[in-house]
Amino acid sequence: MDLNSLTIDSARSAIADRKTTALALAEAHYARIQQEDGQIGAFLTLSKERALEQADRIDRMAVEGKALPPLAGVPVGIKDVMSTRGVRTTAGSKILEKYIPPYDCTAVARLEAAGAVVLGKMNCDEFAMGSSNENSGFHPVRNPRDLTRVPGGSSGGSAAAVAADMAVFTLGSDTGGSIRQPASFCGVVGLMPTYGRVSRYGLIAFASSLDHIGPLTKTVKDAATVLQTIAGRDPMDATSAEVPVPDYSVELEKPVHGLRIGVAKEYLGEGLDDEVRAAVEAAIDKLKSLGCEIVKVSLPHTPYAIPTYYLIATAEASANLARYDGVRYSHRARGVKTLSEMYRRSRDEGFGPEVKRRIMLGTYALSAGYYDAYYLKAQKVRTLLTRDFDEAFKKVDAIVTPTSPTAAFRLGEKSNDPLAMYLADIYTVTADLAGIPGISVPCGETREKLPIGLQVLGKHFDESTILRIAHAYEQAG
Amino acid sequence: MKVTDKDVAYVAELANLDLTDEERSGMLRDLNSILEYVERLNELDTSDVPPMAQVSDRYGVDEAKQGSARFAYASREDILEGLRKSLPHAEALENAPDADEHFFRVPKVIER
Repeated sequence: MDLNSLTIDSARSAIADRKTTALALAEAHYARIQQEDGQIGAFLTLSKERALEQADRIDRMAVEGKALPPLAGVPVGIKDVMSTRGVRTTAGSKILEKYIPPYDCTAVARLEAAGAVVLGKMNCDEFAMGSSNENSGFHPVRNPRDLTRVPGGSSGGSAAAVAADMAVFTLGSDTGGSIRQPASFCGVVGLMPTYGRVSRYGLIAFASSLDHIGPLTKTVKDAATVLQTIAGRDPMDATSAEVPVPDYSVELEKPVHGLRIGVAKEYLGEGLDDEVRAAVEAAIDKLKSLGCEIVKVSLPHTPYAIPTYYLIATAEASANLARYDGVRYSHRARGVKTLSEMYRRSRDEGFGPEVKRRIMLGTYALSAGYYDAYYLKAQKVRTLLTRDFDEAFKKVDAIVTPTSPTAAFRLGEKSNDPLAMYLADIYTVTADLAGIPGISVPCGETREKLPIGLQVLGKHFDESTILRIAHAYEQAG
Repeated sequence: MKVTDKDVAYVAELANLDLTDEERSGMLRDLNSILEYVERLNELDTSDVPPMAQVSDRYGVDEAKQGSARFAYASREDILEGLRKSLPHAEALENAPDADEHFFRVPKVIER
């Protein structure tokens, strides 16, 4: 049995049937990391002690013949924006290079309670700000499919690790596309749940009204299993919703025949790569052949999504990142004489260029005289973008789009042009702004063998339908 | 050019950043190019559109309820250690760059 190619399902049953052990599975993944990650760069920290302890616990349960929890012994990587007690958590930033959280993120705690084995922490763009993982404060991540290309971002390490079989699944976070776009670039499945579906407690904040935690997996079914584990109300996050969590394993298998699927011209227009367009159109035909009804919809405010996003996300970020003051847990500059000098020099040294750029833009957009023109204006357009979806979802059950306008680009290709980089998120930011769920599922390759992703967007709290469509599409091959 | 050198200096001060001269000129260029791009929002008439600050007050709530009643589930008694125990003192100080056994230590607060 190849221990590195297992899905959640097959890993768990291999352990339950005593064909392997959680320990062997963890060791096999560490061996793979040892072998591969030198050239990929997906991990920032390994949590071997914690992993082996948990694996041992699971193996003892298996020996004793106890019922195993749903993720028993399954090796997982956690994006380094999620706090892990006793395990260094940097958010990809030098300013948190030495930070060791005193508590666990709820999503991580829930995974471990369900038996998952945390291998380590995944590289990402600094504070999850980026679309290529080149903004990591430590080192970039390379795409396992082509080492000259980016894995996408900001959850680039999370996507690359799954694609390179260094973890069975990972957790990522999505503020403007940071789960779905790297999933698409690396040829894996990435799910962003509805805002409020998964607790953000312990997630290092970038933009609080837009941040989501979700899984990156090898199959849609695995994504459903992870969501089942991490979803649901958490008293530690006031924005986590009190909405019942359905049984996704049942929802997943329901037929898609008769579902109405929207296709929006705004997502198939200028700027879309021809090969990506062809793959997405072929996927739409496939869904039609599965009995779905394809319906044209319009989301007219889509061209305004990127400017809206960059004003709201940076404004929220400028407030959230004010906490890095060099007093309680973040980097402090040496040889400073006064408090204000300490703040400024510590932040100057600790933050990278993109983070500073966004703090500056956000501070500007919130400053006296500009608040109405920029921040308030963006919040109003956010309403319009959300209404677009409300209207469309009166006619359809889900909407399919490309996940990203292109396949993975080369390292360095966009790193000197912030605006060009921002446009890599053009098809994903709308869902973050509206708070609706979205999933990216692989839908073919370019001639250069680069993966292409199909995005399925759904109604608020209706992850069931998008999982079902993505699963049916994936199973149809 | 909407943003001037003076604006960059002022905003950097608000954001508690110093920035090198090189960073400041890069910021001037990038902020102007991004702000020029976001100008397109002014093509939209939003005079009758309410702002949206968050998702949680519109979706996944009981629409029969209004205002704070929608979020009654999220409220709790204001009691000490209501949801979890506070961090032990030593643990809370552990990540600090400089601390004694009781307090975070910082440089002089009063400048002169």
